[in-house]
Amino acid sequence: MAKSWEEINARIASGEAVVMTAEEFGGLAAGEGVTEAARAVDVVTTGTFGPMCSSGAFLNFGHSDPPIKMGEITLNDVPASGGLAAVDTFIGATEPSKSRGIEYGGAHVIEDLLRGRAVRLRAIGPGTDCYPRTEIDTWVTLEDLNQAYLFNPRNAYQNYAVAVNSGDRALYTYLGTLLPHFANATYCSAGALSPLLNDPAYRAIGVGTRCFVAGAPGYVVWEGTQHNPNQERDANGVPVGPAGTLAVIADLKQASAEFFSAATFTAYGVSTFVGIGVPIPVLDEDLAATLALTDADITATVFDYGVARRSRPALARVTYAELRSGSIVVDGREVPVGPISSLPKARAIAEELKRWIAERRFTLAPPLQRLPLPGTQGVNPLEIRTEEAI
Amino acid sequence: MPSKRIDLTFPPRQATKAITYHLVKDFDLVPNILRAQIQPEQEGRMLVELTGSKEAFEAGIAFLESEGVAVREAASDICLDEELCVTCGLCTAVCRPGALSLAETDATLVFDKDKCVYCEACVVACPRRAVVLRF
Repeated sequence: MAKSWEEINARIASGEAVVMTAEEFGGLAAGEGVTEAARAVDVVTTGTFGPMCSSGAFLNFGHSDPPIKMGEITLNDVPASGGLAAVDTFIGATEPSKSRGIEYGGAHVIEDLLRGRAVRLRAIGPGTDCYPRTEIDTWVTLEDLNQAYLFNPRNAYQNYAVAVNSGDRALYTYLGTLLPHFANATYCSAGALSPLLNDPAYRAIGVGTRCFVAGAPGYVVWEGTQHNPNQERDANGVPVGPAGTLAVIADLKQASAEFFSAATFTAYGVSTFVGIGVPIPVLDEDLAATLALTDADITATVFDYGVARRSRPALARVTYAELRSGSIVVDGREVPVGPISSLPKARAIAEELKRWIAERRFTLAPPLQRLPLPGTQGVNPLEIRTEEAI
Repeated sequence: MPSKRIDLTFPPRQATKAITYHLVKDFDLVPNILRAQIQPEQEGRMLVELTGSKEAFEAGIAFLESEGVAVREAASDICLDEELCVTCGLCTAVCRPGALSLAETDATLVFDKDKCVYCEACVVACPRRAVVLRF
């Protein structure tokens, strides 16, 4: 049994496509078998809603009169890049406010824009013959902006670490508060619903894939930063730790604050929850087999964040079913565990994608280019060295 | 007799002193310890409800402060702002009394206020700042 992209898109167009979420598909395959599930279902939808620091938005403000070549730019007192054309900027999610620190950052500016709130734009420029104005102080809304699009260099991590802390004091990390002496654990993945865990070999998801980005239809535009296809994999070919990532793009004007939510991790910094969902065509039984994997089949590695080094000790391997139960066993100890990636939101995203496809608003696009595959590139470390040592 | 919830932070070397004994014996206060985390040579925290007359309370607080204990009024109520909450579940990872948990069926957040000891760990942990204290 094999279905082509064209056949599946034709079934979407005629309203005959059978679409299920990855959780529903796992249930069907458990009951009827993978072969029957692959025959019956055309598209499986996925979803994830976790904090992804590497997110942000390109904005174009339009020109004032007289015009200004914006250098130092702030939005609600959060610095944005002045390193683009006169009235273009990029605001990064993790940039802290100059006055409020990490309690308000770039992600909060983007969320405020999404909520329709006016944002204070201040900038200074050098004053040139074509851009004589040297400063500006005004207010903008999302509606006013000529272009506003999310460009997130690293989203939708294919699996992630489970964090514990062996040390004597609480640690404040991007995986939340880690209590000392293994008193808790946190994890951050949508497990069986996670887009890249459903397509571990990057067969369906690649450059050009249409997807759900923060409530808007968007695209995978490149491999994400730190994309690491060489991560250790289990017998199903599924990575057991942080592996592939996606760079995505979408129109901010079509996005929603429901699926883009600014976050502050105490004593760490600003980040943002981003909702990503990718529909995956059930091309054949091989792909169906990974789409059918459940939380009981997918594992993550427990790392000791009490060791503040690039390579942290791996202490255990646990399944997402165990993580979802609220406690895991690490070195014989029972450790209470909580998620950071929202399961209800991941489910809502997978359901929303189902609706888009059922309403024929969304067809699938085969990759224009594959993501780097296992056995190709890894992730290089940054060595601290002198120019002479190169 | 009025009661008040206070949040005590003990400097590392103070944590071994029998502070609560003195509150009872010398100031006629009735302490109800809601939560305590005290280890030798480390900073300690104790959330305690003190019952006693206004004068006894004030004298007891003065004694605590003279002993180097930082005293802070504890919240009288703790609420979840459902508009801000994104049900990530991170608060459940730091809630040791188990007042915050995720429903088995749909992983939505359940807050059982009866189990809450006002330790405020969730307030610090919530990335959406959706846990709000009322004093």
